[in-house]
Amino acid sequence: MNQRSDIVERATVGAGRLGWAALVAVLFAGLIATLLWSIASGRYPVPLGHVLAILSARLAEVTPVWSPTELVVVEIVRLPRVLMAAVAGAGLSLSGAVLQGLFRNPLVGPQTIGASSGAALGGVTAILFFGFGVGVQAGAFLGAALALATVLAIHRSDGLSPILTLVLAGVVVSAFCGALVGLVTYVADPETKLPGIVFWLLGSFAAATWPKLGLICACTALSGAVMLGMRWRINALSLGDEDARTLGIDPVRDRLILLTATCLAISAQVAVSGTIGWVGLVIPNLARMIVGSDHRRLLPVATLMGATFLVAADTLARDLTPAEIPVGIVTAIVGTPVFAYLLRRNAAGKAR
Amino acid sequence: MIALHDTGHWFQPSRWLFRDLSLTPTPGEITAILGPNGTGKTTLLRILCGTLAPRAGSRAGAEAIGYVPQALNADQGYSALEMVLLGRSRFLGRFQSPGRKDLARARECLAEVGLSAIAEARYDRLSGGQRQLVLLARALASDARILVLDEPASALDLANQGIVLRLLHRLSRDNHLAILFTTHHPEHALGIADKALLMFRDGTHIQGPVEAVADEANLARMYGVPVRRIAIDTEGQAGFAIVPLHQLKQAIAS
Repeated sequence: MNQRSDIVERATVGAGRLGWAALVAVLFAGLIATLLWSIASGRYPVPLGHVLAILSARLAEVTPVWSPTELVVVEIVRLPRVLMAAVAGAGLSLSGAVLQGLFRNPLVGPQTIGASSGAALGGVTAILFFGFGVGVQAGAFLGAALALATVLAIHRSDGLSPILTLVLAGVVVSAFCGALVGLVTYVADPETKLPGIVFWLLGSFAAATWPKLGLICACTALSGAVMLGMRWRINALSLGDEDARTLGIDPVRDRLILLTATCLAISAQVAVSGTIGWVGLVIPNLARMIVGSDHRRLLPVATLMGATFLVAADTLARDLTPAEIPVGIVTAIVGTPVFAYLLRRNAAGKAR
Repeated sequence: MIALHDTGHWFQPSRWLFRDLSLTPTPGEITAILGPNGTGKTTLLRILCGTLAPRAGSRAGAEAIGYVPQALNADQGYSALEMVLLGRSRFLGRFQSPGRKDLARARECLAEVGLSAIAEARYDRLSGGQRQLVLLARALASDARILVLDEPASALDLANQGIVLRLLHRLSRDNHLAILFTTHHPEHALGIADKALLMFRDGTHIQGPVEAVADEANLARMYGVPVRRIAIDTEGQAGFAIVPLHQLKQAIAS
């Protein structure tokens, strides 16, 4: 254990500016490659050359080598879906990394802290009363913010093991939101509302469209700019309120800004593609193993890795079987063992 | 300058930890705060730093304070250098990251406490003494004119205690910093402090020039243990030894 972490340490803390630039370049290239692979593969495979030609036709004059069907598959079906998965993954992973930093807790994520289920409840309620539209995003945001506030209020009664209390508070709030979501689906009109609600709740990128992509891009870009911009602040906040205050910063206001940003990113993801778990919990931890805890490096790396991971997961979800598996199942299959490992490591770390 | 006027505080209603306490950090002067456990030394430091509002009295001034907490918890895997860099936070805007100058200043401060060699080592893997020194470097990096330290020598061995005490003495004399520190070592107070504040269990306190205030009678009253203060002048070094009479080994009566 010690030896291995020593190696990780040397590889990260010791890595200079050049190593850092190389790492970001590699991750970025990996993301691009994954995006292209995802667009090319599927039930209707499109040769990679044709994908590149179709994409570059937007920018320059290219002789059409592709068939009309390929054009439709790439531009209308796959491109928005793949980009949406990338943006959602980036937003979830970045939010997760920020939440873990703010709460000094590696077991926190958009889902474990109740924000995702709060967003789901808010979204469902908005669909019930107002139908689909921008109201879903607004409802999801309100739901996420409310759930997060509730979790924090429960957590304030500082227990013996603050790390686990926070996770348990998240479990409680998630369960409560889940029950209310069940209630909403129960009272929803089965003729008009219910199918839409159920489909939305299942969560998938299959229904991706350009307008939805625009919505999630706008929300994620705004919140991402805030979170990435405050990456050094998060370092200071992760020391705890007392230390942060003596370092001359106002932890309460900064935390409020950051929590609002995470709620915006998470709710945007839930609004367009339903609840997708584990990405925002697991990827930041993997990123931390690679680059260490400094949020100046952790946040960009977690963002890139999250995008790559969710695109890959979504591609597998639609390609592994003839009928598409929900992407949340793929992320859960990967995520739960990693979470179990982290839980164990955290317990071992406390016992040490 | 920061000043406390007639401050008082309690955590259990009307059980005053201290009352009517006035304190003014003065540039180039070291104040030692002595007192048994639970008399509110750390509470006083928090009030001084402005992170806790006193129940009575007031705090004036808005100057930056470099605070060095006890190096107890370490749950983030930052490097020592990153820890020191955090001291620069008050110069950085909300959306700003430290730049070249901040990095240079952080390295300078780490060198000042003699830890340049471990700049890249993880803070949470350092020894207690090294952590304490890193936190001191962090406070220095904030370029505050007032330095407040909570038991800076508590986790240190004798040699490292000497390093910290000499450093504090030099910072006060050469850089004209106002320094306040709490300690359970009266000899540290007598060694470098100009003034001492003694906090008693009954909520009273006395302050004044260290050699006058930290005498045998006051120390004995404060700790509830008979104390001998022995002046030592050897090999060109003058100082005091504080010997508590715990009655551990009774001398054989002849």
